[in-house]
Amino acid sequence: MSVTYLEAIREAQTKLLRDDERVFIYGQDIAGKFGGAFKATKGLAEKFPGRVLNTPISEDAMVGTAIGAALEGMRPIVEMQFADFSMIAVNQILNNAGTHYYRTNVPVPITVRLPSGGTKGSGPFHSQSMEGLYSHYPGIVVMTPATVEDAYTMLIDAVAIDDPVVYCEHKYLYYHLKANALPKESFPVGKARVVRPGRDLTIVTYSAMVHEALAVANELCKDGFEIEVVDLRTVKPLDTPTVLASVARTGRLLAVGEAFPFGGVAAEVVARVAAEGFHLLDAAPARINAKDTPIPYHPNLWTEHRPNRKTMAAKARQILAE
Amino acid sequence: MLQTAQHGKKSSSKKAAPKSAVHERFLEAFRWMLLARILEDKLRSLYRGGMIVGGVYLGRGQEAVSAACGMFLEKEKGDVFGPLIRDQAGRSAFGEPLLDVARTYLGSVKGPMRGRDGNIHRGRPRENQLAMISHLGAMIPVMVGRLLAKRMKGEKGFVGLTTLGEGGMQTGASHEGLNIAAVEQVPLVVVVTNNHWAYSTPNEREFACANLVDRAIGYGYEGHKIDGTDLNECLEVIETAVKRARAGRPPQLVVAETLRLAGHGEHDDASYVPQEMKNQPFAQDPVARTEKFIQDNGLMTRDALQQLRTEIAKQVDEAVATAQQEDAPHAREEDWRAVSTQRLIDKPSI
Repeated sequence: MSVTYLEAIREAQTKLLRDDERVFIYGQDIAGKFGGAFKATKGLAEKFPGRVLNTPISEDAMVGTAIGAALEGMRPIVEMQFADFSMIAVNQILNNAGTHYYRTNVPVPITVRLPSGGTKGSGPFHSQSMEGLYSHYPGIVVMTPATVEDAYTMLIDAVAIDDPVVYCEHKYLYYHLKANALPKESFPVGKARVVRPGRDLTIVTYSAMVHEALAVANELCKDGFEIEVVDLRTVKPLDTPTVLASVARTGRLLAVGEAFPFGGVAAEVVARVAAEGFHLLDAAPARINAKDTPIPYHPNLWTEHRPNRKTMAAKARQILAE
Repeated sequence: MLQTAQHGKKSSSKKAAPKSAVHERFLEAFRWMLLARILEDKLRSLYRGGMIVGGVYLGRGQEAVSAACGMFLEKEKGDVFGPLIRDQAGRSAFGEPLLDVARTYLGSVKGPMRGRDGNIHRGRPRENQLAMISHLGAMIPVMVGRLLAKRMKGEKGFVGLTTLGEGGMQTGASHEGLNIAAVEQVPLVVVVTNNHWAYSTPNEREFACANLVDRAIGYGYEGHKIDGTDLNECLEVIETAVKRARAGRPPQLVVAETLRLAGHGEHDDASYVPQEMKNQPFAQDPVARTEKFIQDNGLMTRDALQQLRTEIAKQVDEAVATAQQEDAPHAREEDWRAVSTQRLIDKPSI
């Protein structure tokens, strides 16, 4: 038996609906036989009547409604059809949910699922990675699972957390990533994981780029370089100690993120290492992001717009040569 | 105390109330209006005296419609109130203590917002009073979510009431919120007060329909139009709307006409309001109009009215004096945490 990243998300939601009557799922096209644009809720509406609800095309109101329900003691999960459309709900997520605990001492336990990241041909409005944007604001936990196991356990963790969680699930991983079985135990939320040990260079990344980084590490291994790969798992809070410990071992840093370059998670990793671990560095820290243009439609452009194995390997070699 | 004493006397849910009960209810509403007016006059002078930082936003001119909004909600039935910027009368009628107002405006650590947020953003979400954000329309779906969740939990007989202005009704969030409430068929009353000025912008630059109540049909609501300066009408119509929502009718939209008898905030002299508008029927002062009605109909003696004023002023002064003696927040004692989960606090430095 094998389980995909998407199936892990569906299974996590099945478990949550089964085990916790406070949980309901709210989103566009998620109910009925259709089961969502990506089928993350397929079969759930029939299995859990009245708890998987279709909404109008109203992202702001979807999250607003979830906030109200959370204040009544529920644990709503909002499915955005694409991360890009959560822009319409930014006010509710950041200004309403994100400020609520600080202002009123009452936390808002909502989980907002964002089908994120690029896939071939999806273009500027169905490809975005928004973890940097949500991390910029206070009051939000931002998760970016890179594995089937994390996709499963972190979604269950997200719903258990009393604070608002933005859960960025990568669309490219939905079908491409498979595991043998669902995990029985979870790695703690907020902790990064060293997914490949090394001694020459640390690549810090998250979500789909973890797999690109592992491929680059394998490639450079042939030339005798041992690359350490750190999967952040949650980008906020950012596990600075694990990152610094890795840089202490390798002396070199490459931070990679699929989001746009200005500000953001990769920039934050570089800033923290430069500020807190400058003495650990044997070379200037570097980062790779997508290019600073809208995400292009055509695969010829798209594959060069985002970080890829080629650009990552070239940058890694450059840092290693310093 | 006026607030507790009056709160027990609600006769809102009784059918075909006898005349004395109608009078009693009318006078109760008037007391909330007067409380709001006297309290807000105090806030105004505190602001002018430099005692309040940030803004002061008054409900002057909207006391009748706002009081009616709070009058028919019953916490014991699970009702939820989502007040907005000009709802002092409604907040008080719903049960907000005077101290919450004084403490929030004066930044006391003992207030519900503990100096972290101010003025009209205060709320007590656990006691069914939402804490509004400034972005207009955002609280409508939050109310919808509370009502939806109550239904999911098997509660019955509750209702939610939230308010909005004619300016706030023009946001995308308001449209989404009003629509989703009807889609979910939650027991909701939305009271829109058209006070003719969205900050400095008049109606003709805010909307182009004949009357905002016409939108009720478009959203699948039952619509009601009222003179927001006429307390009798406000009470009758909002009571009806609350009853209908409670009984499972579609969401209710009430649109009241008033004039904002103050600036947007106390920093604004509202010099853009033309004199001829101030002579319109909707520009009447609802507090003065109600007081005149009370005297014309012998519902209260002049002495009793004066005594009421004195009593309210004393309560307001006491609340302000108490808040003024309390500690302001200290940056060193602040925990600077925006998430409640200790292990998930992000630390940029190690």
